[in-house]
Amino acid sequence: MIWSAVIGASLLAFAFKYLGQSIPQSALAHPRIAKIADLIPTALLAGLVAVQTFANKSELVVDQRLAGLAVAAIALYLRANFLVMLIAATVTSAILHQI
Amino acid sequence: MSRAVIRDSLSISIAVGTYGAAFGVASVAAGLSLLQTCALSLLLFSGASQFAVAGVLGAGGSAVSAIMASALLALRNGFYGARMAPLLQVRGVKRLLASQITIDESTAIALAHEQSSKDDARKGFWLTGGGIYLFWNLATLLGALGANALGDPAQWGLDATIPAAFLGLLWPRLTNTRARLVAVGSVALALILTPLLSPGLPIIACVLIPIIAGWRVRS
Repeated sequence: MIWSAVIGASLLAFAFKYLGQSIPQSALAHPRIAKIADLIPTALLAGLVAVQTFANKSELVVDQRLAGLAVAAIALYLRANFLVMLIAATVTSAILHQI
Repeated sequence: MSRAVIRDSLSISIAVGTYGAAFGVASVAAGLSLLQTCALSLLLFSGASQFAVAGVLGAGGSAVSAIMASALLALRNGFYGARMAPLLQVRGVKRLLASQITIDESTAIALAHEQSSKDDARKGFWLTGGGIYLFWNLATLLGALGANALGDPAQWGLDATIPAAFLGLLWPRLTNTRARLVAVGSVALALILTPLLSPGLPIIACVLIPIIAGWRVRS
């Protein structure tokens, strides 16, 4: 099952990249389409942040992941490097998991 | 070609490429094998989509949910491709290669240099895309090998790595009120739907928010 997700997601991503290179630019230039396309990653990434922080299968829980995310947000606010931010979040969650 | 292009492209390649290590760790922590993790970096090669596949599968979502979440995030690469095509003017095998490395950073570098020199813009695209491809895949392998050696992901705090990575990818997009409202709306919708739908589907439902928000744009 994991392999079908890996191959399926890879094929679709490549198809989008290749189609983009191959169709006339005007086809994607409509302001409404451009605006929606620009906002889709924002919506999905926000949804992923929420689900990955609070969901345990179909249950909503508050655990050490929220503390990790809060530290990540502070790190990003302080303009920390991406890897520094990830390590800070990971270490926070690890410490809370131990106690 | 100007030295600025080479310098910009190389520094971005190394900086962004090393984030591949974070993906390698997160993907293995989510339950993917070393081979599956490396296959995603080699074949999919789009950070947000790769994290989405690992995140959705790790949360117990189906393969179809993982593919849909990944594909929705990869749509933007199509728009980048359409923007790059008139600049690159490539066919055949070169177009296949250009397509695979059409990502956020290669497009951004090309756009940054397009005004001053079309030649620099093209070189920047190839150098940045190719450089990131190399470093991203090497780093993925190292990250995955490291995570494989660790054992239980939660014990090492790796359960917080994926949400933090998504926050890091989201952060630079929150530059205006509309984007922030879309983000807040998506968080709310995803959380409301989590107890109601099977894992993965609440994330895909978030695509409704930008459709509503973007529809009101005047042409």
